[in-house]
Amino acid sequence: MIADDARPRLPRGVRLREDKVRDRWVLLAPERVVKVNPIAVEILKLCDGSRSLAEIIAGLAERFKADAGRVGTDVRALLASLAEKRMVEL
Amino acid sequence: MSETPPPPEGLLAELTHRCPLACPYCSNPVALDKAADEMSTEQWKRIFSEAADMGVLHLHLSGGEPCSRRDLSELVEHAVKVGLYTNLITSGVGLTRDLFDRLVAAGLDHLQLSIQGVDAPQADFIGGYKGGYSKKREVAEWTTREGLPLTVNAVIHRGNVEDAPRMVDLAVELGARRVEIAHTQYYGWAFKNRAHLMPTRDQSERAYAAVEARRAHYMGTVVIDHVAPDYHAKFPKACMSGWGRHTLNVSPSGKVLPCHSAEIIPGLEFWSARNRSLSDVWNHSPAFNAFRGLDWMQAPCVSCERKEQDFGGCRCQAMALLGDARACDPACTKSPHHHLMGEIAARDSSGPVEGFAPRRYQREGGGNGQALVG
Repeated sequence: MIADDARPRLPRGVRLREDKVRDRWVLLAPERVVKVNPIAVEILKLCDGSRSLAEIIAGLAERFKADAGRVGTDVRALLASLAEKRMVEL
Repeated sequence: MSETPPPPEGLLAELTHRCPLACPYCSNPVALDKAADEMSTEQWKRIFSEAADMGVLHLHLSGGEPCSRRDLSELVEHAVKVGLYTNLITSGVGLTRDLFDRLVAAGLDHLQLSIQGVDAPQADFIGGYKGGYSKKREVAEWTTREGLPLTVNAVIHRGNVEDAPRMVDLAVELGARRVEIAHTQYYGWAFKNRAHLMPTRDQSERAYAAVEARRAHYMGTVVIDHVAPDYHAKFPKACMSGWGRHTLNVSPSGKVLPCHSAEIIPGLEFWSARNRSLSDVWNHSPAFNAFRGLDWMQAPCVSCERKEQDFGGCRCQAMALLGDARACDPACTKSPHHHLMGEIAARDSSGPVEGFAPRRYQREGGGNGQALVG
């Protein structure tokens, strides 16, 4: 379980960018291209190391008028799977 | 194939074939491009711009040893400017502190460092370069101290197969975020030196299992990419993730290839990036279209449920071992010639490691390199 006060960020060498040729967003890491869906893009844009996980979840819940509990589940699942691949630092 | 293929995601730029090391398993062709035939800075820059426009995401700067190019930091700077994710694939030998700093300043994204063994005597014997191992440790330290992601990659053969799991440990000790443990793929120099490099089936299987056992232990610490030993496999690798589907190679002299070994297939017409745009070559060159899609397949591939999974394996291996580039890769148990793999492996794993041909430029007119054939 990721702590509420964790400040997730993309480590150096991991880049979130738009892939205009294929009309999608991708996360680029060493030898990896991960397709990122529009919701995940919004989450990852907030992972700059300055915001806590609690702030990221609250901000997204308010912006998308969604239940904070559900948003929290999605955000934690995404970040945990990327951390396993060393594509996010917590 | 008449419609335009999807664009490539990766470009392997073999900037030069010059290299201070002499690893006997090098995937470069035995006939190496000479320095005088290498493309200019401006030609490479144009290719990188075209690649980015086409949709290439990852640029792998390789060789030979890419640090042998005096314009390397200028090339990296340009690649970063056009939006490519830049990966330097280096032996570390020839990388000075000054060049390292310039590469970082240019925006290099990732450094992949090869290791030849877990200690200096073993590593320097295989690489043919005294002091190589300690130089690599120094480069690893620069990289991690800078915060740049580091991959350590090790090619596994009979001379180091017992140490495969310790290579993973060494990568972790060096601070790598990713480690690539690749059993030798027998093309180029490795094919030539196969009788000195092939492990026994038992060695391959034990090494493979021991590395796999490290995965759970290092989860979240290091990402392990594992390339299986072809000659002891049941199914073939999805070579290049399919011919002309994801990546392309450009040789030092500008030849655009579907893979680094493709030139061994007779009758293929390769085009050059010197006089054509990269997208023209990708979309229209006969060599790229030769094995695109599934129409070229024969039995048993054509009716195989795995055909869109491994694409019949490797065309170059089918060529090298069966003399038919359209045949099912004999690494596959469904190939009627699969028994050959086991027979060759058994034969080639029985002699000494010593006596291999070090990867070097062959002397002009020096007897066709006969002296180098072990």
